[in-house]
Amino acid sequence: MKMPMLFLACLALAGAAQAQTLDPDFIDQKDAIHATGEQIFTHICQGCHMPDARGAVGAGHYPALANNPKLASAAYPAAMIVNGRGGMPTFGFMLSDAQVADVVNYIRTHFGNTYTDTLKPEDVKAFRPAVKPPTKEH
Amino acid sequence: MENDGKTAPLTRRELLRMIGLAGGGAVMYQAMSSLGFAAESPYRRPAPLQGTGRGTVLVLGAGLAGLVAAYELGKAGYKVQVLEYNARPGGRNWTLRGGDVYTELGGHKQVCQFDKDQYFNPGPWRLPYHHHGVLDYCRQFGVPLEPFVQVNHNAYIYGKDAFGGKPQRMREVQADFHGGVAELLAKATGKGRLDDMVSREDREILLEAMREFGGLDSDYRYAAGRASSEHRGYAKEPGGGPDGKPEFSKPVGLSDMLNARLWKGLGMSELYEYQTTLMQPVGGMDAIGKAFVREIRGDVIRYNAKVTGIAQDDHGVTVTYEDTTSPDQPRQAKADWCVCTIPLSILSQIPVQVSEAKAAAIAAVPYMASAKVGLQFNRRFWEEDDAIYGGVTMTDLPIGMISYPSHGIGTKKGVLLGSYNFFLEAYEFTALDPATRIRKAVEYGALIHPQYPKAFENGIAVAWHRSPFTLGCFGWWTDEAREKHYADLCSMDGRIVLAGEHASYLPAWQEGAILSSLSAIDAVHRRAMAGGRA
Repeated sequence: MKMPMLFLACLALAGAAQAQTLDPDFIDQKDAIHATGEQIFTHICQGCHMPDARGAVGAGHYPALANNPKLASAAYPAAMIVNGRGGMPTFGFMLSDAQVADVVNYIRTHFGNTYTDTLKPEDVKAFRPAVKPPTKEH
Repeated sequence: MENDGKTAPLTRRELLRMIGLAGGGAVMYQAMSSLGFAAESPYRRPAPLQGTGRGTVLVLGAGLAGLVAAYELGKAGYKVQVLEYNARPGGRNWTLRGGDVYTELGGHKQVCQFDKDQYFNPGPWRLPYHHHGVLDYCRQFGVPLEPFVQVNHNAYIYGKDAFGGKPQRMREVQADFHGGVAELLAKATGKGRLDDMVSREDREILLEAMREFGGLDSDYRYAAGRASSEHRGYAKEPGGGPDGKPEFSKPVGLSDMLNARLWKGLGMSELYEYQTTLMQPVGGMDAIGKAFVREIRGDVIRYNAKVTGIAQDDHGVTVTYEDTTSPDQPRQAKADWCVCTIPLSILSQIPVQVSEAKAAAIAAVPYMASAKVGLQFNRRFWEEDDAIYGGVTMTDLPIGMISYPSHGIGTKKGVLLGSYNFFLEAYEFTALDPATRIRKAVEYGALIHPQYPKAFENGIAVAWHRSPFTLGCFGWWTDEAREKHYADLCSMDGRIVLAGEHASYLPAWQEGAILSSLSAIDAVHRRAMAGGRA
């Protein structure tokens, strides 16, 4: 796991100010690339889908990730995370293929979800938009 | 800009990703703004809609876009009805005061504990001088404005890895950055390094300009002395009497200044949208929404109305909604025309009878995350101890920035904007419960102002993705999405037209909502005057 490594690295630097980098509520930008599926869920996804993954309803709604038949295929959440749609922002630019796979696997095995198939990082590539040929700036 | 062929042009998104990896939230914010569309608002007060409007219009949403539509169309003779989800007008034009109750998605309820006369704008909080539309409505409706201090040379720039975590005054960072660069340029000029680029006459002017710009001494050095202290301030301030002689302060060298990266905190105030003078309504931003409601004739706004469907045919528009206070019974409202200002994050979830292209446009714009925390303190230590009167402190902490109130200077208590962030930090703040957001804002703020823990009284936190009436902060357009969908989003579709900041090139700004609404009602009126045929 990555957290203990990061934890040790921070301890080595620990001073009054540095102690803040130990704050588990925030991922340092430098360490964002190492965030695990669980961390991505608790730091990002649960903002809208809620800590219990049951979603919420206002003028519009956030879908539940718990007991949501759309999660039956790992492809659906993977495509949504990479590309976004409607109210769902795109996270493809923030997360690596491994992180997308990791968070998809996390939500499909928690909150009462018990899917046994695993999404692999190499499976995520297919959901990334094709790189467009550069257009002339104007 | 022409691509010179050496490097492939980066997309906006790639660039933001790289900036995100390289810097903190404040940097992202600055980058986002500078990659935005910093064009002057093209607003000119429109002539009243020509001809007498006949017929009925349903306006969905009582934010500024909806209120502009209701006001202008009502004035032109249309019979207008407004459906609003909240129990109040204004939408994101919103001010929180003591006693106000806010329940966010997920159920956390906050009761604002501010003292009387204290307030906090969780949404828009400043009006650039070139947002002529919003300023003109303030003028028409007599909404009093006061200066909003954006740039404060005595506020801080804070880097957690810079100068041992000691906050630096913006004035010093700016002076040392400008001074170091000016000295470098002067040196290069003196050594003839610029001879093939700058004419002899221009070189002399350049040297003179660099001396003034950078606070260089007569030898074009940026060093401790009167010239540099006149920019960065004195170690001992000039005074009176026998001890009045000042002591010059010692500049930080260019290499240290570059490596500390605090110059990243300077850029924002240089951007067009944040240049002096900005303004704010006296007493809170919601004064604008309230003024519209005063001006709109009759009781045209129906509150607690949650729209669940929008249909149209050759004869008119039918909107299905429920009263959130008795949600079991679907209700219907009908009109000849519809101006829909519902945020796309919500509209994309509602069945709307429009063309495929418009439906695709409605679904193509995710919403930017942002979170704000307002903190009340029992004394204005930032004024009393730190000589900071209004303005913004930039940080690379999760709180993003701190802003000091521009109003109430010299009074006892005050409410700070204790956190305002975007991107990753905003998602993270959103993921916390409101009490934790407030606690974190106090904890991190204390790294800059150690007075925080003792002076803190109470706070309120608004994370925009948990806002039940917007599900996000503002439409996050990319260049690609605009190219593909913007025209479809803004076009009139039968009897329905959309408006709001999301239908403008001024994302997040109230001016964008106003301009898009004026454009939308112009389209409705033209169609109506042409005989009502959709």
